[in-house]
Amino acid sequence: MNFPDIAFYLFAAVTSLAALGVISVRNSVHAALLLVLSFFSTACLWILLQAEFLGLVLILVYVGAVMVLFLFVVMMLDINAERLREGFAKYLPVGLAVAVVMAAEMILLISAHPSQHAVAGAADPAGAAGLSNTAWISQALFSQYTLPFEVAALILTVAVVAAILLTLRRREGVKTQNPGDQVRVRAADRMRIVKMASSKPAAPSLLEKGP
Amino acid sequence: MTVTLNHYLVLGAILFAIGVAGIVINRKNLIILLMSIELMLLAVNVNFVAFSRFLGDAAGQVFVFFILTVAAAESAIGLAILVNLFRNRRDINVADIDDLKH
Repeated sequence: MNFPDIAFYLFAAVTSLAALGVISVRNSVHAALLLVLSFFSTACLWILLQAEFLGLVLILVYVGAVMVLFLFVVMMLDINAERLREGFAKYLPVGLAVAVVMAAEMILLISAHPSQHAVAGAADPAGAAGLSNTAWISQALFSQYTLPFEVAALILTVAVVAAILLTLRRREGVKTQNPGDQVRVRAADRMRIVKMASSKPAAPSLLEKGP
Repeated sequence: MTVTLNHYLVLGAILFAIGVAGIVINRKNLIILLMSIELMLLAVNVNFVAFSRFLGDAAGQVFVFFILTVAAAESAIGLAILVNLFRNRRDINVADIDDLKH
């Protein structure tokens, strides 16, 4: 057993144990942090497979953005964790049975055909083409998969718009400034100049109306 | 024992089963449900990367890229819905969300 194999078993064990922790711990913040550990170990596994670009993207996008979003939401909400765990013991046997049977079936199916592909035997496809992993992926991405790439950008834009629209809240009766109105203001709207004569004609005097 | 493609597929199967178990066990907590979905997507991605590496096809890794995009969009919208739900109900218990039944 050489060093990469030992590293694989180590990373795989950390990933599985952290995933088990995610679904079993009481505290949602701990669950989010264990999910970060699980993603990080998976990124290590991908880098072990010489998929360096995706390993780094997993860390940047998931650990850096998505999990921070999860942590923000978990910390922002004031949740009664005890009520949410009410059915935990009730559903545990069913959940375990389903998961164990599913995993056993999949593993049985996978081991039905012993694999001829070993890491040591298979040459790195990117290296064989004389490219780095990133260049190898990008050549496929920007030639064969250009349209799906554009659609992915569109999906992200729609997601941003939808997320903002869902959480945007207009509150009535709050005194705030409207910068648009402030910029658009004109002097004529604020002050009205009224034309008036500068002096009034003198009123007729009482003395002139003598008897 | 040399690591082969099968080892990575077994890891993916175990991760997927853990994700399914998480959905069944934590039926009340919407946040853990979203995290379990992320785990299942991760299991699929492990399979894609392993196949791509061992069969020498770039399409697998390109698809992992797209799955990551869609998963990020999905979790952003899911968390936005969760925040909205909490604002309206002061609770995120899945068992109480049956407004459409009435």
